[in-house]
Amino acid sequence: MGLENLLLGFQVAITPFNLFIAVVGITLGTVIGVLPGLGGANGVAILLPLTFSMPPTSAIILLTSLYWGALFGGAITSVLFNIPGEPWSVATTFDGYPLARQGLGAQALTAAFTSSFVGALFSIILITFFAPILAEVALRFGPPEFFAIQLLTFSSFIGLGGGNPLKSLVSIILGFILAAVGLDIVTGQLRLTFGVTDLMKGFDFIVAVIGLFGIGEILLSVEEGLTFRGASPKMNLRVVLDTWKILPRYTRTFVRGAFIGFWMGFKPGGATPASFMSYAFAKRFSRHPERFGHGELEGVVAPETAAHSAGVAAMLPMITLGIPGSPTAAVMLGGLIIWGLQPGPLLFTEKPDFVWGLIASMYTGNIIGVLMVLAFVPFFAAILRIPFAILTPLIVVVCAIGAYAVHSSMIDVWYMLIFGVVGYVFKKLDYPLAPLVLALVLGDLAENALRQSLIMSQGSLAVFVSRPIAGAITAVALFFLLMPVLTPWWRRLRGTSAMPSSPPGAH
Amino acid sequence: MTRTVDLVTATAILILGIVVVADSLRLGAGWGGDGPKSGFFPFWLGAILVLSAAVLVIQAWRRGARVPFVSKEKLRPVLIVLLPALGLVVATQWIGLYAASALYIGGYMRGVGAHRWLTVVLVAVGIPIVTFLVFEQWFLVPMPKGPLEAWLGY
Repeated sequence: MGLENLLLGFQVAITPFNLFIAVVGITLGTVIGVLPGLGGANGVAILLPLTFSMPPTSAIILLTSLYWGALFGGAITSVLFNIPGEPWSVATTFDGYPLARQGLGAQALTAAFTSSFVGALFSIILITFFAPILAEVALRFGPPEFFAIQLLTFSSFIGLGGGNPLKSLVSIILGFILAAVGLDIVTGQLRLTFGVTDLMKGFDFIVAVIGLFGIGEILLSVEEGLTFRGASPKMNLRVVLDTWKILPRYTRTFVRGAFIGFWMGFKPGGATPASFMSYAFAKRFSRHPERFGHGELEGVVAPETAAHSAGVAAMLPMITLGIPGSPTAAVMLGGLIIWGLQPGPLLFTEKPDFVWGLIASMYTGNIIGVLMVLAFVPFFAAILRIPFAILTPLIVVVCAIGAYAVHSSMIDVWYMLIFGVVGYVFKKLDYPLAPLVLALVLGDLAENALRQSLIMSQGSLAVFVSRPIAGAITAVALFFLLMPVLTPWWRRLRGTSAMPSSPPGAH
Repeated sequence: MTRTVDLVTATAILILGIVVVADSLRLGAGWGGDGPKSGFFPFWLGAILVLSAAVLVIQAWRRGARVPFVSKEKLRPVLIVLLPALGLVVATQWIGLYAASALYIGGYMRGVGAHRWLTVVLVAVGIPIVTFLVFEQWFLVPMPKGPLEAWLGY
């Protein structure tokens, strides 16, 4: 059953055109991952308008390959320049950069890429087996179950996100409100438009992503004063092979990291805590914990395995439930809707070639990806030597093009600029941005699920607790929601004041 | 002060929440003939927003960090990125994206980076041409165009 479908998927993924698309996607993705201000989420958002005329399977392969590339690319800047391209590569800098300064950059990068690949492969194999099962279960879900899952998604941002839980809540609500602006398709009424014609079209999540993550990130990085002074890696086949000979020593770290990554990853916002957790575990179980932070190869292996494993795992809820686990997955989900596909469990029965093509392309994409980054590291690292006065305007122009292309409308470019400033201020005040984007993408779906549930129950909220599956999910969601209130209480009860190792910069 | 910005942001969110609640009440936030009315979902969103923002205002008032939000010397580089970007958007409306981005990239490279004129001209003219080929010719995604493109016959 499963294997047959996978073979079908490979027939889709291994056509010359789709392989070419994967190579293009990975190249662009790695460049985007290396560049400051352009991460996976807004890279995918900018490229999305270009995929409107493509067949959906090739389109999703392009976007996922871009995502793999961005995940690999994040490690390059972390190790060579001590600049984490993404929040989940922060832990990689701890030992990656010291290694690079000791002249072992090539070894560190080989270890990072290999770990990423191992973590990804682990999650892909699990997805291959679990996705059809989960989709099968989800087929029996009704609106109350879907709304309960949405509730769980957003409450886990509040409960597990770290930082001020109220600010996470505000971010989520703002996203939902932005999604509600414009025409209400159910009743045909205009909401929150106040008679302004431009507001009638509502806010597009692509524009929000480009503004919040793209422009906002550039403003932040210039404020921090970027200086790219890094070691050039001397990458060659000999170093790669030598490093591969050492890596089997860390088998336990690989396995632990991959499990942590997968477990954390299919919940929203999981990649960053997963990478820190994996690093912390590796340090605790190491025979030389004192070497961590001073250039221990294991300190690169642990977070990279977990981060990439989590990044791939975030795709699982997206393809099976239609609920994305990360902002990048959220943008892809938006893409699915634009390409005319209905995200959710029905995809497995109605568009098997799409789903299995996507899953198969995860294998091919990551294999191509790891080979490409290993071979072309110096090229990608050289991008950061392009003078800043050229890079900055280039990124801004690319963002503007991406925002305009969504609806061919100038107002979106203005929104992008406004979202950029909002993103900059929010980031500085510790309002998390990922939940806002997720809520903006899922807003209409969540509202419809809520409406249909309430219609089913004649307006009684009991529908979310009386049905067994919905009830169980709601219970977990409420637990996460109450966690910020309960945790300090519990800690006082146990008489400890020790803070948990909450990751810095986990947004 | 970060505290001031925190206060202003939370207050702005609070006001937004009130606006949302008001508009939802106008649409009807209760139960219609065949299900929740249009204002039902936004009403509760607005209500939660008002409550959370109110607490955030109090939090910011009581324990907002009294450190500068952006120091003077750091505000400069931020504005050096933001203001030209604003210029790019304004110019795009008048002369189209390609001409505007050529001016923007060129101006930025010369003004901020002090690059040689030859490099400036090559990059500032080359990038829009590549963009034009990729978007208009290859992917058929139209960008805003102005008098220059009209003169060239596009």
